[in-house]
Amino acid sequence: MYPAPFEYYRAETAQEATELLSKHVGAKILAGGHSLVPAMKYRVAAPSALVDIGRLNLNYITAAEGVLKIGALSTHATVASSDVVKHNCAIIAQGAAGIGDQMVRNRGTIGGSLAHSDPQADYPTLVTCVGATIKTSSGKSYNADTFFKDMLTTALEENDIITEITMPVYGSGTGGFYYKIPHPASGYAVAGAAALVTVEAGICKRVSLVVGGATVNPVRAVEAEAYLVGKAPTSENIKAAAAMVAQVIKNPMGDGYASGAYRTHLAGVASERTLVEAVHRAA
Amino acid sequence: MAKLVGQPIKRVEDPRFIQGRGGYVTNITLPGMASVAIKRSPVAHARIVSIDASKAEALNGVIAVFTGKDLIDGGTGKLPCGWNVPNIKVPDRWAIQPVGDKVRHVGDAVAAVVAESPYIAQDALDLIEVQYEELPAVIGAKSAASNKTLVHDSVADNITYTWPLGDHAAVEQALAESDTVVTLDLTNQRLIPNAMETRAAVAQWNRYTEEMTLWTTSQNPHPIRLLLSAFTLGIPENKLRVISPDVGGGFGSKIFHYPEEIIVPWIARKIDRPCKWVATRSEASVTDSQGRDHVSTAKLGLKNDGTITGLFVETHADMGAYISTFAPLIPTAFYVCLLSGLYKIPSIYCNVVATMTNTVPVDAYRGAGRPEAAYLVERLMDLACRKLKMDPIAFRRHNFIKPSEFPYQTPVAMMYDSGNYDGLFDKAIASSGYHELIAKRDQARKEGKIAGVGIAGCIEASGPAPSKVAGALGSAVGFWESAVIRMHPTGKATLFTGAHSHGQGHETAFAQIISDELGIPMADVEVVHGDTGKVPFGMGTYGSRSLSVGGSAIVKAAEKVRTKMIKIAAHQLEAAVEDIVFDQSTGKAYVKGSPAKSKGTFDMTFAAYTAHNLPDGLEPGLEENSFYDPANFTFPNSCHIAYVEIDSGTGRVDLQQYCAVDDVGNVVNPMIVEGQITGGIAQGIGQALYEYGAYDSDGQPQSATFMDYAMPRADCFPMIHTDRTVTPSPHNPLGVKGAGEMGTIAATVTAANAVMDALAPMNISHLDMPLTPEKIWSAINKK
Ligand SMILES: Cc1cc2nc3c(=O)[nH]c(=O)nc-3n(C[C@H](O)[C@H](O)[C@H](O)COP(=O)(O)OP(=O)(O)OC[C@H]3O[C@@H](n4cnc5c(N)ncnc54)[C@H](O)[C@@H]3O)c2cc1C
Repeated sequence: MYPAPFEYYRAETAQEATELLSKHVGAKILAGGHSLVPAMKYRVAAPSALVDIGRLNLNYITAAEGVLKIGALSTHATVASSDVVKHNCAIIAQGAAGIGDQMVRNRGTIGGSLAHSDPQADYPTLVTCVGATIKTSSGKSYNADTFFKDMLTTALEENDIITEITMPVYGSGTGGFYYKIPHPASGYAVAGAAALVTVEAGICKRVSLVVGGATVNPVRAVEAEAYLVGKAPTSENIKAAAAMVAQVIKNPMGDGYASGAYRTHLAGVASERTLVEAVHRAA
Repeated sequence: MAKLVGQPIKRVEDPRFIQGRGGYVTNITLPGMASVAIKRSPVAHARIVSIDASKAEALNGVIAVFTGKDLIDGGTGKLPCGWNVPNIKVPDRWAIQPVGDKVRHVGDAVAAVVAESPYIAQDALDLIEVQYEELPAVIGAKSAASNKTLVHDSVADNITYTWPLGDHAAVEQALAESDTVVTLDLTNQRLIPNAMETRAAVAQWNRYTEEMTLWTTSQNPHPIRLLLSAFTLGIPENKLRVISPDVGGGFGSKIFHYPEEIIVPWIARKIDRPCKWVATRSEASVTDSQGRDHVSTAKLGLKNDGTITGLFVETHADMGAYISTFAPLIPTAFYVCLLSGLYKIPSIYCNVVATMTNTVPVDAYRGAGRPEAAYLVERLMDLACRKLKMDPIAFRRHNFIKPSEFPYQTPVAMMYDSGNYDGLFDKAIASSGYHELIAKRDQARKEGKIAGVGIAGCIEASGPAPSKVAGALGSAVGFWESAVIRMHPTGKATLFTGAHSHGQGHETAFAQIISDELGIPMADVEVVHGDTGKVPFGMGTYGSRSLSVGGSAIVKAAEKVRTKMIKIAAHQLEAAVEDIVFDQSTGKAYVKGSPAKSKGTFDMTFAAYTAHNLPDGLEPGLEENSFYDPANFTFPNSCHIAYVEIDSGTGRVDLQQYCAVDDVGNVVNPMIVEGQITGGIAQGIGQALYEYGAYDSDGQPQSATFMDYAMPRADCFPMIHTDRTVTPSPHNPLGVKGAGEMGTIAATVTAANAVMDALAPMNISHLDMPLTPEKIWSAINKK
């Protein structure tokens, strides 16, 4: 690969990273490099400098007092195989296991994926579904629901570093599932749906349903969620709820492989399938 | 020693490949080596108004920037066409298009940079300013012929040639007299070959001897040397050495003569330094010759009892922006001449209209013409069965050429050598559990699933032959192959073969043959290929020819070695030559009846080199050659069967079972054959379900990266079951047929037929490939 010339710095602390970033105009944070480096290879991105945050102490996963904390540098492979994640917020581990291929999962990080906010990426959909909070080195906290702003754009301020993602844990009675329809070439989601369903006495108490891939940012299927709450999770009800997903898909993206209309349809298909599985896991 | 031919010997080349010790062109680093990078057109069609390279030249580390004019003034010539069909118009193609001329596809070269490192060279590309006057792009194999814009002023109507074959009147009459006619309009989509190793070239000029060495990723270094000497580079053959070391896959795309093979040595001589160029993957997508791209209309005449009466085909074949080296062969002799399939078709007529478009040139890609023919014929057979409500197997059997009818002359020039198509189908039906698959499909349908079984019977012509006929058809080269067996004094052997291995396992298969022929262990045989400085002129590897043609040359050369060894043994054992027995299993020669007193390979070769005790008149040394010109193509054939289910929600095809029975004649190494067939099937299914080298109406490639171009992966396939029948080719000494392309040829249409069978209950008769989920979903839902 032949990127444009750039300088390379390695930060040992978040503070050092922030200083390096403000000192070098046009510098970018380097985490796993699996979105940034391909862009540099095509020379779509040509940062003047890279500030490698790989040594920062942000590679941890803990769960306490109902909160799961994932350090921003945790790789997809770490998250996918973490027993702590599997026990406390299983949907995140299951979703991470379906990102890219093993090599991508060994390098790519959750912080990098969220900061990059690729429309076809999986983590944005997943963290929105579980109601995660994204924390940064400057002390800011963002609710996932309002973090993703546009194509490759987030609420993150310039040079701020994502340090931690926190999310409420869930246990028995709640089931979660991420259903992804991957592009056969890139492996990214043509459409993906994440659902978290709490079932009590045969009735849906809480439903979170978020679809990604079809639009520039993940969208919450509010009508579908509202429809299911208070109803039994029967296949008819789930089908009816999934049929409402199309309403929230505004300006779907389309390309030679999958048109906007087809992606909208797939969002419904993925929603139905993921709801069925989430309900099954809630039992 | 047991016979090695027929044994699944592990490939001797694999330890070095799987340990990352292959020696590829990219691995070559020479002292003082400079890096070459090519400035490429971002637009499909434009006049080059001006080029300003001053900023690039000023960049630290840039040695020089060259334009098309520099190369033309410096003595380089136009890239020639190696297969000239009658009345073809071959437009000019320069290594780099000069200012004033046009760029004709995205990726066309406009300048070359040579610099101290590949990074600097790449940076310099961004500093070269090219002013283009953009022109409308000509896109579409068929519509190109009616486009007012011309890709080349010298090619009227964008038609480079037309190639009709067969008796048109007879076919029209047959169709008119048929009980029914099945019509099919189809597109056989453009594919990007994507060999694992991208193309690369390294050149070294020796200023003292005035010799040039070019390392290039070619499937056929000798023809490349010939073209460079005679047409493009102007360095005489005796001063030019072309080496193709380990090459990481070609699939046809590395047969052709490419501009970089001119540019890199030209610059190396110009700056008197070794130079290297390695294509990036992005460059490969827009410069490696691509495959397929036909738009066809076909009509098949039928009697009510299922008898085929005639076949009419009209095909528009997209040649791309220039005529690549062997491009005109592919949609002509390799396509039209295969339209008889496995069947007796009394009359066939096909007219091919070859058009120029503003896309990457199209040439041979694994199967090359034959998959296009198989796809068209076997799709028609399925449609015929549907129309006549006949069983797909009974219908095919009804029209088969029978074993007693070989050699069989088709109405499209080919004379099939041998085959037993009923036997082939019997085996495939048993091997795949065809009837169980049908039952499974019917059960699945009862459960509301969309399921289908696909079957196809395909023919291939491999190992183009003989040279005389190839010449008459337009070839600029012959299709024989060479072998030299050099016995060393200690009884070891080196084989110099004109065939070239780029994944096929020649080093193993060829050593197996020599081991059997001369009775020496495989480990004592070295196989050398791919170096014009070492091996005799050879034609290289493509068209599944290496074993049937190159292998035959090896057998012939080995016979000569044996004959000379026998003469030496007879002399030393004081017996007549006719009384000597050469035991090929031990390499020992003895007088008939007295095996105890024998001469081994070592005794005979050592004697040949000491020359102390040779029969009168026998020259010393032991080195024999053969130039083998095959009498005919060989005709491998196959029956493949697939089972698919389709996700009704998404339209996604789930290929659940795949069984391939192939007749590739005798088999030298069944493990290698299985690998070739399996890999070929993966590639064929890639076309059916995933791959599409698409362009938009401006000529911008839509799938030029692996983000969009879907190469099939291991998880796209079930375990592929392969099996075989054997009808030896009657006209080569090994009785072998080609095995490299059969899988690809049969798999595409087998998978397509399975999908179309699944969609049959919905009255969907045909969809063009790739059969992507959205296409299927839209068809099911009539969107
Ligand atoms: C072949 C391939 C297939 C892939 N398939 C998928 C897939 O199926 N699904 C999917 O979701 N993703 C996929 N990806 C993307 C992958 O998950 C990336 O790793 C991820 O999107 C980015 O994470 P990273 O750590 O590599 O970030 P980097 O590439 O290092 O950085 C990405 C961007 O985020 C910024 N950044 C990184 N870390 C931080 C931080 N802590 N704070 C603030 N900014 C930061 C960088 O400056 C850069 O702009 C694929 C990638 C490849 C190469």
